[in-house]
Amino acid sequence: MSEKEEHRTPVSLNGLSENDPHLLPAAKNPKTVEHVIAINFVLGTILTAGFGACYWVNAKPWTLGATLGGGLFFFGVGLVAWGKYLMPRGPFVEERHVLANSEADRNAFAAAIVERGGSVMKRRKMLGGLLAGGLGIFGVVAMFPTLRSLGPLPKGTLFHTDWRKDSYVVDQTGRRVSAGDLAVGSIVTVFPEGTQDSDRGQAVDQTVLIRVSNEKFTTMKGRESWAPLGYVAYSKLCTHLGCPVGLYEQELQLLVCPCHQSMFNVNNGAVPQFGPAPRPLPQLPLYIDGQGFLRAQAGYNQPVGPGFWERA
Amino acid sequence: MSDVTATNQRAKRKAAGPYGKVGKALNELDDRLGVAKGGRTFMDKIFPDHWSFMLGEIALYSFLILLITGVFLTFYFIPSSAIVTYHGSYLPLDGQQVTQAFSSTVNISFAVRGGLLMRQMHHWACDIFVGALVVHMARVFFTGAFRKPRELNWTIGVTLLTLAIVNGFLGYSLPDDLVSGTGIRIAYSILLSIPFVGTYLAFFIFGGNFPGASTIPRFYILHCLIVPLIIIGLVGAHLFLLVRQKHTQFPGEGRTEKNVVGSPMFPVFMAKTTGFLFIVAGFTALLSAFAQINPIWQFGPYDASRISYAVQPDWYMGFLDGALRIWPSWSFHSFGHTIPFEVLVPALILPGIIFGLAYAWPMLERIYTKDNEIHHLLDRPSQRPKRTAVGVAALAFVTMLFIASSTDVIANFFHISLNSVLWAMRILTILVPLIAYPIAYKICKEMQGVHGAGKRKTHNIVSRTAEGEYLATPTPAYRDDLGHDLEATPVPTYIEVEPDEPDEGGVRIVDR
Repeated sequence: MSEKEEHRTPVSLNGLSENDPHLLPAAKNPKTVEHVIAINFVLGTILTAGFGACYWVNAKPWTLGATLGGGLFFFGVGLVAWGKYLMPRGPFVEERHVLANSEADRNAFAAAIVERGGSVMKRRKMLGGLLAGGLGIFGVVAMFPTLRSLGPLPKGTLFHTDWRKDSYVVDQTGRRVSAGDLAVGSIVTVFPEGTQDSDRGQAVDQTVLIRVSNEKFTTMKGRESWAPLGYVAYSKLCTHLGCPVGLYEQELQLLVCPCHQSMFNVNNGAVPQFGPAPRPLPQLPLYIDGQGFLRAQAGYNQPVGPGFWERA
Repeated sequence: MSDVTATNQRAKRKAAGPYGKVGKALNELDDRLGVAKGGRTFMDKIFPDHWSFMLGEIALYSFLILLITGVFLTFYFIPSSAIVTYHGSYLPLDGQQVTQAFSSTVNISFAVRGGLLMRQMHHWACDIFVGALVVHMARVFFTGAFRKPRELNWTIGVTLLTLAIVNGFLGYSLPDDLVSGTGIRIAYSILLSIPFVGTYLAFFIFGGNFPGASTIPRFYILHCLIVPLIIIGLVGAHLFLLVRQKHTQFPGEGRTEKNVVGSPMFPVFMAKTTGFLFIVAGFTALLSAFAQINPIWQFGPYDASRISYAVQPDWYMGFLDGALRIWPSWSFHSFGHTIPFEVLVPALILPGIIFGLAYAWPMLERIYTKDNEIHHLLDRPSQRPKRTAVGVAALAFVTMLFIASSTDVIANFFHISLNSVLWAMRILTILVPLIAYPIAYKICKEMQGVHGAGKRKTHNIVSRTAEGEYLATPTPAYRDDLGHDLEATPVPTYIEVEPDEPDEGGVRIVDR
C-alpha cells in the first residue's frame, strides 16, 4: 500500500494531531487553487456590485438577473472549491450509535404509559367516557359552522342558468343579435340579455351561437324548431371539465375544447365525437321574434357543464 | 504609556481564555443553554461526499429562494377579484377592466423595480423545487435509503412532494390570468366530480358556484401561509430525523453499518453547502434573467367565456392533465345520479393510487422481502433488480402521462391526426412501463455479472508469452471500490437471492 493510499483511510476527527495528513488540503497545488478561488470571489463582488448599480439606475430586468445570478454563481463556485480543495481532505469517520435503547429502558417507558394510563382509565371509566364523548360531539359540532359559513349550499344553482323563456340573445358587448347578423359558418359567443358583464353570466350562461347551412344540419326529434334559419345555440361549457368550447372547426363543423380536446359535432346536436367529454353540449331552443331578434324559447332543459353527483 | 496599553491587552487576552472573545461568548452561551457538548458533536457531524446527496439540497435551497422571493411578491400583490380599470405601464392593456390580482401582478412585472426578476425567480424556483424533490425521491428509492429505520422520513418526503404540487397549483392560480383561471375552472370541476359530497366541497372551498369571489383571497392565504407553514414544519422534521438517524452511505472502504464516512459539518460541508446554495440561487436568477416564464400580460385577464389554444399547466401538473386527456369518456348515469368517472378516475383515483403506492412502498417491500433489519448502507440499483425495475416502470408510466398532456401540440407539430396521437398515447402509457420493467430488470442482472460495473476502470497489463500468446492481466481495482466486495453483508435476505461469488479479479461465470 502506498503512503498516499494509506491517507485515504477514514479517521475520526477526535484526537487528530495537528500535522495529520488528513488535515492537508485535497488540492495538489493549493496556491493555484487559491488564485482561482480569489478570481471567483472578485468576479462575484464585481457582479453583485453591478447588480446594485443596475437596480439603482433601474436598468432592464435581464441585467438585474444576469448580475445577481452571475455574482451568486461565482461566489458559490469559489466557496465550493474552497471547501473541496483547500479544507481538510479527510475522509473522516463518525461512529453511528444504535438508536434503540436497552430492553430495561424500553420496558420502563412502556410500563409508564400502559400501566399508569391503564390504572387511570380503569378506575375512572365513566369520567373517561364522558370526556371522550363530550369532546367528540364538540369536534363534530365545531365542523358544522366552519363548513357551513365557507360557502352557500349548492341547492339548485348548478341545475339552472339565467336563460329564460323569451330571453334576448346578446353578444359580449350587450348588443341584441338579430336574424341578419351572422353569415352561414359564423360563430359568436352570446349571453342572456343583462348577464353579459357578470361573472356568473360569463361562467355559466355562456353559449355559442353558430349559423349552420341547412344542407347538412340534422337535428334530434323534438328539436325541429330549435334552430330557426340555421341559428343553433349550444352551451359553451364543455361537459368534461367546464372549459369554454372555444375552437370552431368550420370545415369539419366541430366545436373543440382546447383543454382536453373533446370535439362536438355542430351539425348533429353537439354529440361528442372525440375525446373525454361524456355528453353532448346542451342545446338552447331559439326563435326569431317579430322584430327579427333571436330569443330563447326556454332555458336549457338540463344542467350545463361538467357532471356531478346530483345530476340526473 | 504604550507599556501600560500592552500590559492591559495581555491581561485582557489572558482573562478571555485560550479562544479569545469567541471562546468567551461561547462560554457565556454554554452557561445559559449548555450547548458546548452538543455543539461540538454537531460541528463534527459527518456528511457523505457522494454527489447524489446534493439533490435534496437543491430542493431545500430552491424552497429557501421561494420563501425569499415570495415575501417580496406579497409586498406588491393584491389578492382581490375586485374589478379595476388598468392604467399601468403596460400600454396594450390600458383601459381594460381587470381584477386587482391581475393588475397588481402586471404591475409587479413592469412597474416594481426588480419585480419581474423576483416573479420569474419565484416561478422558476418552484419548477426547480418540485423537480428536485422528484429526483431526490428517485435517488432515495433506487438506493433503498427509505428502508428501516427511515420509513417515517420517506413518508414525510412523499407528503412534502404532494404539498409542493398543491402549493404550486395554488400560486399559479393567483395572478387570475386567462390560463390560470382555466386551471381553477378545471380544479372546480374535478371537485364537483366526487360522489355524494363533490358539489358541497366545491361550494365550500370556492365560496359558491364558479367562479366564486372568494377564490383568490382563499388561495392566497393557503398559498402564502398555511401550506408553506406545513411545508416548513415537515422540512424541519425531515432534517431533524436526518441528523438523529445520521446519513446513509454507499458501501466503500472503511464504511460499515456502524459509521459514517465523509466531511465534517464545520468547516468543509458548511463551505460546500453554502456555496451550493449560492450556485442554486445564481442559476435560478440567470434562468429568470434569460428565460421568460408565465408572461400573464400576453394571456390577458381571466374571462370565463374565453380560452387560449395549447393550454398547459406547470410541468408537475402535466401527468394529471395527460391522464384527463387520454382516459375515455366513461360516465355513469343511473338511479337519478351521475358519477363522472371520466374525471374521477384520472384526476383523483389515479393520483391517489400513485401517491398511495409511494407512501406504502417501504411497508410493501418489507412484507415482500421479510427484511426487518436496520440498514444504513445503500444499495446499488443493480443489486436490487426488481425494486429498480418497479421504479423505472413507475417513472415511465408517469412520464407517458406527462407526454400525453401535449397531445394537441404533438399532433400540430408533426402534422398527425389528433385521433392517432390520442390512441398512440393510450397504448404507449400502458405498453412503455410494461416494456421498461423487463428491460430495467435485465440490465440490472447483466450489471451484476459484469466485473467492475459501477466502479472506476483500472488498466490491463498486456503481455506476450514465449509462444506468442497475448495475455491481458487486469490490475487490482481501486481500494475504495474493493471495499464493498470485502464487506460482510449484514442482511442475508435480498429481494433477489443471488449465490455469493468471490471476486477473482476478472473472470466471473454468470448463470444466464
